[in-house]
Amino acid sequence: MTQLSVLLSLPASITSGGNVSSGETALFWVLAPLMVFGALGLLFARKAVHAALGIVLVMISLAFLYTAQEAPFLGVVQVVVYTGAVMMLFLFVLMLVGVDNSDSLVETLKGQRWIGAILGLGIAAALIGVIRTATFDQAKGLTAPNADSNPVGVARVIFGQDIFAFEVVGVLLITAALGALVLTHRQRLVPRVGQKERADARVASGGRLAPLAAPGVYARSNAMDTPALDPEGRPIEESVSRVLRTRGQRRSATEVEAQVGGTSAIEPAQIEPAQIEEGTQP
Amino acid sequence: MNALLPAAVGVAADFSHDTVWLAVVKAVLILVFLLVSVLMAIWFERKVVGRMQSRPGPNVHGPFGLLQSISDAMKLLLKEDITVKAADKLVYLLAPMISVFCSLLVFAVIPFGPAVRIPFTSLVTPLQLTDLPVAVLYILAAASVGVYGIVLGGWSSGSTYPLLGAVRSTAQVISYELAMGLSLVSVFLLAGSMSTSQIVDSQRQFWWAIPLLPAFVIYMISMMGEVNRLPFDLPEAEGELVSGYMTEYSSMKFAWFFLAEYINMLNVSAVATTLFLGGWRAPWPLSAINDGMLNHGWWPVLWFLAKLWLLMFFFVWVRGTLLRLRYDQFMKFGWKILIPCALAWVAAVAVVQGVRQFTDVNLRSILIVLSVLMFLGVVASLLVPEKKGAPQRKARRVPFDAFAGGYPVPPLPGQKLPPSSRRARAVVVIAAAEPNGSDPTAAEPSPSATATAAADDGTKEADRG
Repeated sequence: MTQLSVLLSLPASITSGGNVSSGETALFWVLAPLMVFGALGLLFARKAVHAALGIVLVMISLAFLYTAQEAPFLGVVQVVVYTGAVMMLFLFVLMLVGVDNSDSLVETLKGQRWIGAILGLGIAAALIGVIRTATFDQAKGLTAPNADSNPVGVARVIFGQDIFAFEVVGVLLITAALGALVLTHRQRLVPRVGQKERADARVASGGRLAPLAAPGVYARSNAMDTPALDPEGRPIEESVSRVLRTRGQRRSATEVEAQVGGTSAIEPAQIEPAQIEEGTQP
Repeated sequence: MNALLPAAVGVAADFSHDTVWLAVVKAVLILVFLLVSVLMAIWFERKVVGRMQSRPGPNVHGPFGLLQSISDAMKLLLKEDITVKAADKLVYLLAPMISVFCSLLVFAVIPFGPAVRIPFTSLVTPLQLTDLPVAVLYILAAASVGVYGIVLGGWSSGSTYPLLGAVRSTAQVISYELAMGLSLVSVFLLAGSMSTSQIVDSQRQFWWAIPLLPAFVIYMISMMGEVNRLPFDLPEAEGELVSGYMTEYSSMKFAWFFLAEYINMLNVSAVATTLFLGGWRAPWPLSAINDGMLNHGWWPVLWFLAKLWLLMFFFVWVRGTLLRLRYDQFMKFGWKILIPCALAWVAAVAVVQGVRQFTDVNLRSILIVLSVLMFLGVVASLLVPEKKGAPQRKARRVPFDAFAGGYPVPPLPGQKLPPSSRRARAVVVIAAAEPNGSDPTAAEPSPSATATAAADDGTKEADRG
């Protein structure tokens, strides 16, 4: 019961000691339920993307609260770094993994629920202990630290007072990034097949380079069963559907010409196939 | 509640006299400005691209086709609003809203001009809704949340192309925002502030685009990536993904995405103007007139808008000129060129700024010494003999091979085409008419030459024509 009373008196104690305007209180009471809603959404959402959205909601609301508490730098950086980059990466991975998959409820680790529950209780006990023993000093306000604008104040703390810790964290992060690079690096065993190599192979194999012509490209007969003609006037067999060819339902160009009336310039017989075949070779 | 904000430190503009009503009026004006500008921008883009492609562009509705965008907007509003069956309803509805709201946020901290007296009143107020000590970071934050609209829109459509567009957009934003942020850091270093009014104030002498040219170029490139414009419009590449993340959207929801895209163009142009091009300051010869008369009062709005629309023109120009990059090229460019360059530049600026602020070393003399050394190096490099064997000259001596490397190829410079076989045939005809044939080699056209010669004829004809 004492813990509850401490928790309930928390906002009141800040109000009495520090300088919380009515606007800020209103903002808090609007944002706090939203944040709780978002946090619960993270726990209970079926789809992973909905859970991610819950976190985003919490993060952005938190940024508003930071800004209201005269820490605009923290608030904005929180959105840029965590919402804009880290959560975006999470979403990226979620989308690559498969978006429609709901979470599988099959446990792969034995006894993880029990371990999780015990650890959770431990953290809860520790937090309650901290809150019970916490004493609140008279609030000093942020006028002095923010005297040269908030970013400058933060910079003084990070690059003056805590420069060593900052550098150590930087080294740690770079080491981690380098480790990830090294672990995911693999040596190429075969030469890389790129666009140029593929194109070369296609030409070398002697296949068709241009897209396949559509069938039946004549002035007076357009039909699926009529082969198209190439620039030299030969019918292109492959332009007719494979099914029609197998069934023997394709018409020849000469047949079409006979139907059309013989006025066309289609004269496939005029060019001997053998000569053309040779002619196209380099 | 007279003062909306406590008189903020680290901000040049003075908002202490602003009332809530004034802020509301400013916000509404910004909204109206943005919506009208988007209508103008759509017309402008279509007209300019049309001119670049030798066609008139929209010219039916209203004078010069000015009302075309309004009729387009009306058409979009009256269309049927389709929600696809596989869509995740809530997120599907939320996504365009996120896009538009986040794009509207940016102009709140963009200064249109210095403090002015509002006509017919005694109110003096900066031409800016608000300013923060972290205003530019606020802009980055708004932009990065705005991308959620694209990503969620693509995801919630429950369809393949939008999802691919969303995934591409995520990767694009993560990689290009890094370069963008780094290019802005050098401005922060020189201006000593992240507040937009202070940055404009710091550009009295010269605009940051001049001393920070590499950062400016990097910003211009990455801002194209940021707003999904050609040549970086991969999330909505119509040739590959239909229209990417907005494929399944129609009617008003689609219109919102469209609106957000154009507002974002205005946003990044305004940021480039404010951070690199002197903001509302008059360009050089004009700024010297009558002791800076044109930098006071309402004149600066004109310069700001002129710079903004110049950048918008640049967007359109690039769109009319460049092709879309292939995705792997795009990623390689971002990670292997843009980000390392931006990092190196930031490091260089930081070193120079550090030397200037924390040491007594005369930076000018160091720079002069460095440039003299560099010049000497260049001169010395001229003395080193060039490597022999320019491959091009050799290639010219090689006889023309119509199928070099397996492809049908035109002749290289310096190579001669073999005589056309058609001409040979004509010669044969003439030779048949005249008993004494002129050219023995051309008398019998070899069948193997027909194909190449047929191809060559075209080039010959082109030469003649």
